[in-house]
Amino acid sequence: MIELENVSKTFTLHNQGSAVIEVISGVSLSVVPGECVALTGASGAGKSTLMRMIYGNYLTQAGSIRIGGTELVGAAPRDVIALRRETLGYVSQFLRVVPRVPTVDVVAEPLRAVGVAQEDALARARALLGQLNIPERLWALSPTTFSGGEQQRVNIARGFAHSYPAMLLDEPTASLDAANREVVLSLIEAAKARGAAIIGIFHDEAARSRVCDREIDVSQFTPGLAA
Amino acid sequence: MNAPFREEGPQGPAERAEASEYNFAYLDEQTKRMIRRAILKGLAIPGYQVPFASREMPMPYGWGTGGVQVSASVLTPDDMLKVIDQGADDTTNAVSIRTFFERTAGVETTTQTSDATIIQTRHRIPEAPLTEGQILVYQVPIPEPLRFLEPRESETRKMHSLEEYGLMHVKLYEDISRHGHIATSYAYPVRVEGRYVMDPSPIPKFDNPKLGDMPAIQLFGAGREQRIYALPPYTQVVSLDFEDHPFEPSKADHCCGLCGSAESYLDEVIVDDSGGRMFVCSDTDYCEARRAAGHKGAFAA
Amino acid sequence: MTPLLSVSGVSKRYGPHIGCADVSFDLYPGEVMGIVGESGSGKSTLLNCLAGHLPPDAGRVVFDTRSEGPKDTVTMSEPERRMLGRTDWAFVHQHARDGLRMGVSAGGNVGERLMAVGARHYGDIRGKATDWLERVEIDAARVDDRPTTFSGGMQQRLQIARNLVTGPRLVFMDEPTGGLDVSVQARLLDLLRGLVRDMGLAAIIVTHDLAVVRLLADRLMVMKDGHVVETGLTDQVLDDPQHAYSQLLVSSVLQV
Repeated sequence: MIELENVSKTFTLHNQGSAVIEVISGVSLSVVPGECVALTGASGAGKSTLMRMIYGNYLTQAGSIRIGGTELVGAAPRDVIALRRETLGYVSQFLRVVPRVPTVDVVAEPLRAVGVAQEDALARARALLGQLNIPERLWALSPTTFSGGEQQRVNIARGFAHSYPAMLLDEPTASLDAANREVVLSLIEAAKARGAAIIGIFHDEAARSRVCDREIDVSQFTPGLAA
Repeated sequence: MNAPFREEGPQGPAERAEASEYNFAYLDEQTKRMIRRAILKGLAIPGYQVPFASREMPMPYGWGTGGVQVSASVLTPDDMLKVIDQGADDTTNAVSIRTFFERTAGVETTTQTSDATIIQTRHRIPEAPLTEGQILVYQVPIPEPLRFLEPRESETRKMHSLEEYGLMHVKLYEDISRHGHIATSYAYPVRVEGRYVMDPSPIPKFDNPKLGDMPAIQLFGAGREQRIYALPPYTQVVSLDFEDHPFEPSKADHCCGLCGSAESYLDEVIVDDSGGRMFVCSDTDYCEARRAAGHKGAFAA
Repeated sequence: MTPLLSVSGVSKRYGPHIGCADVSFDLYPGEVMGIVGESGSGKSTLLNCLAGHLPPDAGRVVFDTRSEGPKDTVTMSEPERRMLGRTDWAFVHQHARDGLRMGVSAGGNVGERLMAVGARHYGDIRGKATDWLERVEIDAARVDDRPTTFSGGMQQRLQIARNLVTGPRLVFMDEPTGGLDVSVQARLLDLLRGLVRDMGLAAIIVTHDLAVVRLLADRLMVMKDGHVVETGLTDQVLDDPQHAYSQLLVSSVLQV
């Protein structure tokens, strides 16, 4: 479902003396439906960078990234957008929201984007918010004023609203208490069970060993860090 | 008041004109040719405002110079001229202009609509239906119907050439939203042959239906603004309106106090110091003809 | 799929000075393209060339018309282009005053495009105008008020209603939130986002405000000195800018 072949990335900082930083090189990996693969490695090894490259948020300098057979590297913006809408989900560490949009609409948005009717989308959104213990009185408010943990859970709810065949999860259990961590892990397990291919970054070893089938140490691809 | 206004004498119109110091009908032949070209163009493109080089006339702007130039250009020695001002033959302006043409063209004049071949009018269409072979010449102050909404000449010219008349309906929309009905009561805009939007000069909207399918030729002259436009006989003329606010040719809800007509457009006349008033036909010739035929209104002597 | 707008080699010079040079891109239905750059970058010149306000010195701007398929709007006759401007295209000006008739009521402003394409039922026109006022969050009771009595944000929203009432497929916007208070901007952006998505609009938005493009645009073009220096997915260009100038632009934005 997710296939990387010989992927490399370099940052060129033009305004800082044209410093060239090769962050990652020669990455090849493959994730099949129903599998959850963890990216591991020291901080700065390039885990988040690689995840962003798979999402298309960062430009990939060389190599091939295929999601469900669609080539991402060099793809037209509208194709990437279509991919993100239907096929590839991403739960990042930060919730970026439009001011004034109520939480329940934020969560329902990915479903509306794939054509689900308003009422059904809202119903699913409410169910997820309930599962993630966001109090009902907050559903009509914009998440901009929520605590870090609450925002994270809204982020997760939004990420899991639509059943993406491929998912990227960046620290999904960070800043969550035990109960909510448990909810998130069961959401991941449910996604695996329905055949999603998942790549995740988990600092929490227990979480990692619970849901991940394999681990890939990204430091082996980081120039200067490889052992 | 049925006799033509001219001095008695053995001379005919041609002799009198020759004897005067003016070219026939005051304007030189080149000017008349230029104006006739403009008229022909106007007839060929009904409702389109044709620019023309308006001449200096012996009356100031705002006193009918456009109408006078058009009449002067179409007059021939055999024509019978009638001049009315707001329907009346006997007001100062009508008398002035009629005398002007008697002196400079020597043509015969009349007050009877049915006898006239050329009728110059300010702000009214005669009640008596006109016939083929007659010419109605209108005096026009502001020829551009869009002028008060769009002050730029460059823009209004574009709007006419590109047939962009949405703004005209915006004006009517604004009227309805502000007054509950279309408040324009004179100079009511019309669409000619489904193409040009035209200002029919400040005739009351009551007269608008007469504009369409008229057997006579209608010529419009604006001297200060230097535009001529025209409606050839039997032209389609539609007053602008909305489907749910249709055009209504309204008049005062009275009969003429002198002849009793319920169909003609009426002037309101104050008759005494205590606010007494009566309504009389604005078209004096029409009223007279009816009275001569025996009709009597409530105030008839 | 046929692009809705296909731009190739659009250039405009002002004497020796380059307005914009050799700009090409394809825009598909429903796509929102942001054009960013600082003053003098050529973005407004480009927008005006694309929207038919300025004749380019070179290039084609091919629009997929409803009735005749793809047609080059640069060589189109003026009546055709003006008709396009009233139906399938819309232009939202930076200053609402440039895009509204200040002496006409709000209802008349919104209804004008409808009347320009033949609407002749007062009740219907007024009903549609009132609907649209509500959609842009203007109190329907203000339908007979003149825009001179509206706040800046309201005027801008009225301009948007006036433009969108005929259901255009492509909207050009020139700094749509420029000059508005921050809170008013947020509201307007949210409204635009909703309308663009609900109506499936394609849009080209010129702005110097990166937050606006982050929120509204799918794609981004960065311009400097009349040239397009970088183009791509919005979040990619903003999070991983490749060109020196883009990097400078992004890093210059003050974080709140």
